[in-house]
Amino acid sequence: MSGAAALLARDSFVELAARERVRALMDGRAFRELIDPFERVTSPWLARQGVVTQADDGVVVAKGEIAGQPAVILAIEGAFQGGSLGEVGGAKIAGALELAAQDNRRGIPTRAVILFETGGVRLQEANLGLAAIAEIHAAIVDLRRYQPVIGVIAGTVGCFGGMSIAAGLCSYLVVTREARLGLNGPQVIEQEAGIVEYDSRDRPFVWSFTGGRQRADTGLADVFVDDDASLLRQAVIALFERGRPATERSDAWRHYLDRLSRYDPARQATPEIVRQLLEPGASS
Amino acid sequence: MNIETTSRGATWLAALTDGAAPLTGYPPSVQVVDGALADQRCRYVAVLPDAANAWPRARTGEIGVIEGWELARAVHEVIDADRAAPKRAIVAVVDVTSQAYGRREEAFGIHEALAGAAGAYAQARLAGHPVIALIVGKAMSGAYLAHGYQANRIIALNDAGVMVHAMGKAAAARVTMRSVEDLERLAAEVPPMAYDISSYATLGLLWQLLDVDSADRPCAVDLADARHALIVALDDIRADPSPDLRSRLGGPNRGASSLVREKLLAQW
Amino acid sequence: MEKHEYRYPAGAPATGRVIVGVVSSGDLEVLLEPAPAGTTTVRLTTSVDGYGRVWQAQLDRIFQGSSVGPAGPAVDLEINDFGATPGVVGMRIAQAFGSIGASQGVRP
Repeated sequence: MSGAAALLARDSFVELAARERVRALMDGRAFRELIDPFERVTSPWLARQGVVTQADDGVVVAKGEIAGQPAVILAIEGAFQGGSLGEVGGAKIAGALELAAQDNRRGIPTRAVILFETGGVRLQEANLGLAAIAEIHAAIVDLRRYQPVIGVIAGTVGCFGGMSIAAGLCSYLVVTREARLGLNGPQVIEQEAGIVEYDSRDRPFVWSFTGGRQRADTGLADVFVDDDASLLRQAVIALFERGRPATERSDAWRHYLDRLSRYDPARQATPEIVRQLLEPGASS
Repeated sequence: MNIETTSRGATWLAALTDGAAPLTGYPPSVQVVDGALADQRCRYVAVLPDAANAWPRARTGEIGVIEGWELARAVHEVIDADRAAPKRAIVAVVDVTSQAYGRREEAFGIHEALAGAAGAYAQARLAGHPVIALIVGKAMSGAYLAHGYQANRIIALNDAGVMVHAMGKAAAARVTMRSVEDLERLAAEVPPMAYDISSYATLGLLWQLLDVDSADRPCAVDLADARHALIVALDDIRADPSPDLRSRLGGPNRGASSLVREKLLAQW
Repeated sequence: MEKHEYRYPAGAPATGRVIVGVVSSGDLEVLLEPAPAGTTTVRLTTSVDGYGRVWQAQLDRIFQGSSVGPAGPAVDLEINDFGATPGVVGMRIAQAFGSIGASQGVRP
């Protein structure tokens, strides 16, 4: 297929809103949504600040099947408040992961996929967003004892803040070229550390460190896919088929301290240095 | 000990462990002391400022890449050592201004290092180790998620210098495009946005808010009160059949968090 | 932020419920649910103050139309608007009505 024809044949996942992303990933494009928008469980905190609420608080909880196994997908709507998590959206994710873990303790092999499109804590709900994210962390660590927890970072918002830590706790991460995964938003780093340290408006610069390609090349993400919904679904299915990893990436402190010991922080970081030191399979 | 240059974290770590020497092999920014709590073994962990940190953006008490992985190590060592033994307690002495912000940090995956720490504490809790966080100063953002927020029980000193939040005021003002004054006004009406520990306490996340005479220079009574609070928390954890975080639900300003869970359960 | 409510004559209750759109800058979310026969009610929350008359005029035009007017379905419409242009508003409302009875009742 020619380049142009291939491009046109793609079904972009990045362009899909949260609910449509769920649809693209579930078997038969079928799912049942929990606490759907018509229930109007919205943020208790935004209206008093003059911020218009979204009926699902920016998070979709969907139950269905993936490769014939019971699955729950947590999809963050990046278009609402930058995908930032408040009390309700955070509780939807944490609560669903907690129930998935409970299922496994009762012999039901429910697995979870988290679609990370988020700047982290919603500052209008600050400490409740942060607390919910801590509960998300707890629930991922619990659930991943039974099933791989798979994170998908597609873009355009990417995955930042406390939710980047959640992504770091996932068993596997799927990323696209458009994706970014980093702890601090580029503007915040520029404000705190100065523009010479980090130029938030230099897109190639930002992606060279935190973009999907670089994260996959340095073992901080597992599978890199082109922006296509069916390729993404195949990647998720293949990762579930792998089963739980022998060692979770976030447990590999020995590996990371060893590799980092070979880096002299007096030198500023470059993408090449990071690839040399963190590349999976690099000589030890 | 020069009190003016020592952080609260350092002060309280030393006080709680009677000045015991920290374990060798850890960097100056992560101090680990194996001590006791009541009559039980307990590992105390704190993150301290290190003005000579080789990583230039992690010199004033921030949790950076190395600190994250070293915290993970400190906790995993306990999990591994106690696999076939009684599960010792872990006390996280929390005084962390933020995560480190910098090019090196993002380049080398600071998010993963903090996941290492958070994941280790969570696994310790799930394995049956009582994990207690004692907030003596700042507990901010990613640093708090990594060091303290996975505890079974959280105790905070009732002091103006004790602060829990997702982002410092100046940075939060810039990000939300409001003035600091606007943010402070909102915080007075929106409890989760507030910076003071009394407002945080209304969210129901704390096990105890502990009054002390001096958070900067604890006197003997302060130390005794803190130890007592830790021991009561320890007993409460050991008596609790669940190692999860459900004790954080039910606070007056956290109703929606329970409502969501009830609905999810009903619809599951 | 402003709230407005509008009522229009309508026909039989709609046969399904629909959600379209997102509350992002320049867009809006529309929740459409069946209402008792005879009346369509629009409950609007908008981030932009001072445009009540513009909304009124546009909604009047829409609900005097043939397919969504007095002969159209009776619905409760909830609109959560974040500064959408009239063009986007019209598109989302049309999308909502056009999706009633589609195989998946809940659409983005």
